[in-house]
Amino acid sequence: MEQTTTKREDISSIDYQEFVINMGPQHPSTHGVLRLMLKLKGEIVEVVQPHCGYIHRGIEKMCEHITYPQTIHLTDRLDYLSAHMNNEAVCLLVENALQIEVPERVKYIRTILDELTRLASHQLWWCAFGMDMGALTTFFYGLRDREKILDIFEKTTGSRLIQSFNVPGGLMNDIHKDFQKEVKEFIKYFRKILPEYDQLLTGNVIFQQRTKDIGILTKEDAINFGVTGPSGRGSGFSCDVRKIAPYSAYPYVKFEEKLQTKGDTFSRYMVRMHEMWESMNILEQLIDNIPEGTHAVKMKPIIKLPEGEYYQRVEASRGEFGVHVISDGNKTPYRFKLRSPNFMNLSVMHHISRNHKIADLIAISGSLDLVIPDIDR
Amino acid sequence: MTNEQLIQKISSLLPNAACQQKQYVTVKVAAADILQSIKVLKENADLFFDYLNTVTGIDQKNSFGLSYILTSSTHRHTIIVNTTIENRENPEIESLYPLYKTCDFQEREIFDLFGINFKNHPDMRRIFLSDDWVGYPLRKDYVDEVNIVQR
Repeated sequence: MEQTTTKREDISSIDYQEFVINMGPQHPSTHGVLRLMLKLKGEIVEVVQPHCGYIHRGIEKMCEHITYPQTIHLTDRLDYLSAHMNNEAVCLLVENALQIEVPERVKYIRTILDELTRLASHQLWWCAFGMDMGALTTFFYGLRDREKILDIFEKTTGSRLIQSFNVPGGLMNDIHKDFQKEVKEFIKYFRKILPEYDQLLTGNVIFQQRTKDIGILTKEDAINFGVTGPSGRGSGFSCDVRKIAPYSAYPYVKFEEKLQTKGDTFSRYMVRMHEMWESMNILEQLIDNIPEGTHAVKMKPIIKLPEGEYYQRVEASRGEFGVHVISDGNKTPYRFKLRSPNFMNLSVMHHISRNHKIADLIAISGSLDLVIPDIDR
Repeated sequence: MTNEQLIQKISSLLPNAACQQKQYVTVKVAAADILQSIKVLKENADLFFDYLNTVTGIDQKNSFGLSYILTSSTHRHTIIVNTTIENRENPEIESLYPLYKTCDFQEREIFDLFGINFKNHPDMRRIFLSDDWVGYPLRKDYVDEVNIVQR
């Protein structure tokens, strides 16, 4: 008869087995349908191979058949947490190509909504990041405060998540009459609440031990892999499009580009926490000074871009979002390429999570803040 | 560096390239020396294009185009490098993976959607579509009677 039980000394002498397992596509900490194929040796991750495309909708192909104002509504569906910035990229591209100067009022409102979107996005990231690591309370804190921003959006733009509020030449509507008052109330409230976030999670010993020195990405690698946004700035890569190529009302405001040098998971966390403070600084500089004027300039009913090649980039919540359009002079774009920040951020996954434990992989993917529809497009 | 200085510098380094001033400085190079040209642009200390924003594949009906948008992380200037692959039947070009690791995913995406084969790429597979997918969807002559509605 074959022996089924293993003696104790046998276990200590065996080599760790190699496993290939799938994390996802339905896994709570991949925040969507991302599948990571992992090669493990015991608990150590040796190879991470991302498999994307579960919600590939062919947005670039769809955009070749629709007009420029219609493409705006599809860019919402990429990174839905920075919908407003994505809209703005298309609008800025069309405005620059047609050399239309939008009113100052539009620039201010766009920037205010940008920063509110960034705040809401970072709040959701913070609460989901804490939850990935087992701190469930953060989820309630984050969503409670994010709700207040979404209410402001709802009152002014008519929708909470994907607004499509930008149109070429300006905004779809003027702001609500309570908008300024509510934003100021929110900033006053959130300035008191944000230190609580730090008390709850940042200073936590378990949290720090799980994030410090985990998933180190050097500055050279961040540039080489094209990792932008807070993830790139955590490695010291100065990649803020708001500073490099200022657009809308960003030239008028003073703010700092927060950089960390270490490049580990905790640095990426700290960059986002600092960015929330900076976003509130920007909001405070703009909210009282919105100039009077119209909310949109009159555009031709059919928008045709002159023949040529255009590239417009904006700073979305997760990095540089770029729209690259090749126009042949028609009302539909000939080629509509979207440079999505998450796609490049995902490509670094194998590089930084090699030789870490599988639990650290969760922390790393949380700190990269991936949004899957943006990867798949 | 201003755009005029950029054009001057690039034309002195790459005598065969055609520089033009558009929204960004646009450099046209031959497909055969794309790796060499971009290596020169990356390694020159005054230009130092160390960050590849994006690679765009373009179906130009008879040929394929590729657009590389390059930025310098220190000097903060941006250029667009264009190239054309004449062979439509069997399009091939040198991979930029030795220079930019971001090409790993970006070139796989172009292979997936355009069918352009990148030589010396470490892992040339489809990335979004399944491996048994027939055709390359972003080509202009791609036919899908079920999912694409022709108006």
